[in-house]
Amino acid sequence: MSSTIKSPWIIHYDASSCNGCDIEVLACLTPLYDVERFGIINTGNPKHADILLVTGSVNERNISVLQQIYEQMIEPKVVIACGICATTGGIFKECYNTLGGVDKAVPVDVYAPGCAVRPEAIIDAVVIGLSILEQKRVALAQGKLVSETTAECVTAADKIVDGQTVRAAALKITKG
Amino acid sequence: MTAISFILALVGFGLVAPIIGCLLAGLDRKITARLQGRVGPPLLQPYYDVRKLLAKENVSVNRFQDFYIAMSLFLAILAGVMFFAGGNFLLVVFLITLSTLFLIVAAYSSRSPFAEIGAEREIIQVMSYEPLVILMTIAYFLAVRTFDVGAVFGLSQPIIVSLPLVFIAFLFVLTIKLRKSPFDLSYSHHAHQELVKGITTEMSGKTLAMVEVTHWYENVLFMSWVGLFFVWGSWIGILVAVIVALTIYFLEILIDSNFARVKWQAMLKWSWLVTLVFCTINIVVLIMVS
Ligand code: SF4
Repeated sequence: MSSTIKSPWIIHYDASSCNGCDIEVLACLTPLYDVERFGIINTGNPKHADILLVTGSVNERNISVLQQIYEQMIEPKVVIACGICATTGGIFKECYNTLGGVDKAVPVDVYAPGCAVRPEAIIDAVVIGLSILEQKRVALAQGKLVSETTAECVTAADKIVDGQTVRAAALKITKG
Repeated sequence: MTAISFILALVGFGLVAPIIGCLLAGLDRKITARLQGRVGPPLLQPYYDVRKLLAKENVSVNRFQDFYIAMSLFLAILAGVMFFAGGNFLLVVFLITLSTLFLIVAAYSSRSPFAEIGAEREIIQVMSYEPLVILMTIAYFLAVRTFDVGAVFGLSQPIIVSLPLVFIAFLFVLTIKLRKSPFDLSYSHHAHQELVKGITTEMSGKTLAMVEVTHWYENVLFMSWVGLFFVWGSWIGILVAVIVALTIYFLEILIDSNFARVKWQAMLKWSWLVTLVFCTINIVVLIMVS
């Protein structure tokens, strides 16, 4: 086990969540769930973070903000969409201003559906995210990591699987 | 200070201090978590953090920041080596201050508003504790009649006997030096989302790892300053010094967990007040007695 998966630092961005999912994300840090047990720290700085937790759907206003946060994060990095809004747009999907899930803006690695997403689901998603993070770290060390860019995302199809946390199919790690 | 003692201190402090510093930092996080009713991270968490940071992609905001941070680390090590080689206390103080100044310059060099606020707060912190540190060296000279740290081993009683008030003032300022609440204005280990992470805003990967390791060295050095007050010509002195240093460190964690951050005005006012009153009384008494 490398140190990368023992010390995942998180940055949490509220795209346009109803705050339901945000409260669940913060609940993970409370004594009940205490994710600091796993070395997880909630940083407020994209340059320090390894995992980007996004809650809420993407709209015209916040897409550039979200993309900028993603671009500022340093490889290896992983994005987790928390809640059904972040996954597909959820109940706001039909709204005139909603573009859809987070994968419309940035490449998503793990989806954690739920309304609101349960803290257990977030922790599960982070654990899956860690294995992806480790793969990316190895790829980076071998010089094979292809950084995903935000430009590829705009046309990404809805990749929704209901029930448990699922890993996105599109994981582009190596060139060859 | 001879060449032999310098080399011994170089190997000893250079290799052992980061291990102790890392364990102290891990203990800090563990105890803090327990005080908050949490389980807390593993003891070696600071080590994992640094290893993780070293594995990150290399990104620097400019060409100079890494150099400044490396200088900061180098000077912190040099200060510790000078101290443990029994060198000049005044020089140790200047070296460790210079190390902090390099950290400030590194933060300024990024030209980011957050980093600049962090750097400005760090300057205020330096202004708050530096008078005490200088007065402490003067008091040390009055008590031992030399600036050499090694001279404490030739004493018949520890300097805490003649410098009790200076010690209390030093403990007050130690909270600032260790970056603990209520004086963690420029760089807090807890409030990660706030402005107080300012000074490292633009630092990442290896640069941030170096900042962390510098803290390990610094913390060990500052805790040795605590121990310095309790050492005399007997080996029991070293034992007493270690126990006192650990107790004080636990006390600092307790203070850290129980106090809210104060404004910088309060920090400056209180640290200067405590420094002036306690150190002046102690030094005047010492001069009159001798
Ligand atoms: S998934 Fe539900 S709780 Fe979460 S942001 Fe959307 S509406 Fe709110």
